[in-house]
Amino acid sequence: MDIGFLIGQIFNGLSVGSIYILAALGLALSFGLMRVINMAHGEIVMFGGYVAYLTIKVVPGPLGIPAAMLAALVVGGVLGAVLETTIVRRLAERPLETLLATWGVSLIAQQAARDLFGATGVSVTAPPWMAGAIDIGGQSMPVTRLFIMLVAGLALGALALLLTKTRIGLLVRAANQDRATAAAIGVNVRHVDMFVFALGSGVAGLAGVILALLGPVTPTVGQSYIVTAFLVVILGGLGSIAGTAIAAILIGLVSALAQIFVDVSFSTVITLLFVILFLQFRPQGVVAVRSRALDD
Amino acid sequence: MIKRINRTIAVLLMAGTALTACSKAEEKTATAAGGDAVKVGVLQSLSGTMAISEVTVKNASMLAIDEINAAGGVLGKQIEAVVEDGASDPAIFAQKATKLVESDKVATVFGGWTSASRKAMLPVFEKSKNLLWYPVQFEGNECSPNIMYSGAQPNQQALPAYDWAKSKGYKTFFLVGSDYVYPRTANLILAKHITADGLKVAGEEYQALGGTEFSGVIAKIKAAKPDLIFNTLNGDSNVAFFKQMAAAGMSPDKIPVMSFSIGEQEAKAMGPELVKGSYAAWNYFQTLENPENAKFIAAYKAKFGADAVMTDPMIHGYLDVYAWKAAVEKAGDFDPAKVRAAAVAMDPIPSPLGPVKFATNNSLTQTGYIGEADAAGQFKILWTSTAPIAPDPYDPVAFPGKTCVIG
Repeated sequence: MDIGFLIGQIFNGLSVGSIYILAALGLALSFGLMRVINMAHGEIVMFGGYVAYLTIKVVPGPLGIPAAMLAALVVGGVLGAVLETTIVRRLAERPLETLLATWGVSLIAQQAARDLFGATGVSVTAPPWMAGAIDIGGQSMPVTRLFIMLVAGLALGALALLLTKTRIGLLVRAANQDRATAAAIGVNVRHVDMFVFALGSGVAGLAGVILALLGPVTPTVGQSYIVTAFLVVILGGLGSIAGTAIAAILIGLVSALAQIFVDVSFSTVITLLFVILFLQFRPQGVVAVRSRALDD
Repeated sequence: MIKRINRTIAVLLMAGTALTACSKAEEKTATAAGGDAVKVGVLQSLSGTMAISEVTVKNASMLAIDEINAAGGVLGKQIEAVVEDGASDPAIFAQKATKLVESDKVATVFGGWTSASRKAMLPVFEKSKNLLWYPVQFEGNECSPNIMYSGAQPNQQALPAYDWAKSKGYKTFFLVGSDYVYPRTANLILAKHITADGLKVAGEEYQALGGTEFSGVIAKIKAAKPDLIFNTLNGDSNVAFFKQMAAAGMSPDKIPVMSFSIGEQEAKAMGPELVKGSYAAWNYFQTLENPENAKFIAAYKAKFGADAVMTDPMIHGYLDVYAWKAAVEKAGDFDPAKVRAAAVAMDPIPSPLGPVKFATNNSLTQTGYIGEADAAGQFKILWTSTAPIAPDPYDPVAFPGKTCVIG
């Protein structure tokens, strides 16, 4: 086998893995803290893509993408906060109803996008500095893909810093470890919930901008990533940030490396088999999370 | 709490009724013709992922119906179109086809785009002995007396494209497609021909319909270094494919791509810059020069907007109505079996493709073209088949021993 092809596939695996990180982080956050299965997460990713499309129209040129990322972070966060206060919070103790209600929101969001932007996808053109490829060791690596890996790394780092070094991070961790006690000693768990949900949705909006660099933004673009995102969250250990990151890279690599031996459509089957086998031997996922919330 | 839920339900119900009322009203406008009329069905996806393409075919069929009505109708009767929405869902296509045939008692139906929708409607038309006019290129390997296949058979689109590529000296080919019946069958036929000619299939890869992650496929193309890529991807996946190919330094000017599902409409929606320089094989391009085509383009733009573009399936959706009219007039009757018999026995009728004629196997004899996409999303015609190509649903190399005889 060609060593260049192998290196190329490892690069592809890392690149796809970084997209999964961005798509799954928000899910991991909301599930870790609130046990909420948010089916509308993919639609926040989708709106992130449309925000990129709109921002590039307003801010053309090299700064378009950074501006779009900022805008998508904010819009995603606001959408998440609205979703949390209007629906998720009101159904907090009923996971099945939350699942159904957020699924309904996802359908409404898809139709809204179809009515607003049309059934055909819109396209975001990457600025010139992002076009082309860089040659590293005889391998040409598309700049967009390198950029995506960088963004995923930065988002992960920023989130880790936020959760471990800041006061709000302390409150989030307290609520995560033991909700009742945290509430009893004066932590406003409702505010923490909303913050975490908005944060997760902001990252999802960011993921939308990233996806827009690779393909068209369509009303259903979130759907094609949401299943893998759930897979990543489960494999990562339900709510662990480090676990989510490792699981995303793992799934990206397994799928890319499987493509060396089988065709691309069959590599999905191998990836799913891998996840099933992994969970068979390690049901708690990559990183086991100890939380009171998981005990009941 | 209960009260609030009840109120919510009531509001939802009211919204629902309002919506149904709207769609009912829409249907009415399409069936304004009164008096002595003959009903026909027009069944395309007006919502969902296929709507972008199928709405244009519905428009083209409606344009033909309006033109015929303005010129006095068929056998002295006005055509009354019953428009239904297949909603991009094969099950709904089957359900709406049943409704058109059984409740509306239409004389014939014009519609369908995806092979999945055609396969779903086929039993409905066979059982009711009605007739469906199907306007889109497809994979062949099907032969029903109750469907008129006006879109290209593989030997009228895919194989001429391959022969052209062969004549240009291309020797290794990579097949990329969406994962469903049309690309799989078309590629099966192509691969059999490529191997039979002693040339090489460098790879064959599929992506789920709507999929947007092509890094694996592109890595394989890069490693295989093919002379030409045959692309049977459908819908939005094409944008992702061309975009990621360009990012990997493999735009159409570096590795030529021949697509079977990218027409003027798709090139426009994708952004012409992305597909510029790639090839497409069809039986119609908007750039075709003949008076019928000029007339059609002018009439369509007048009705549906000056920025509209014309595509191969639209032309077939348009000429199907005229072919049905000519066959009805030849048979002197609206009975589907008699119309079908007349349709395959009549003289060529004029169309934007030039004069066309249905063969006895219910498919259209038509000319093949290869075009190259330009920066405006139009196609420059590079190659024209020497004569109209007779349709063959069963490729002799891929499906030996099978023939389509409809008696």
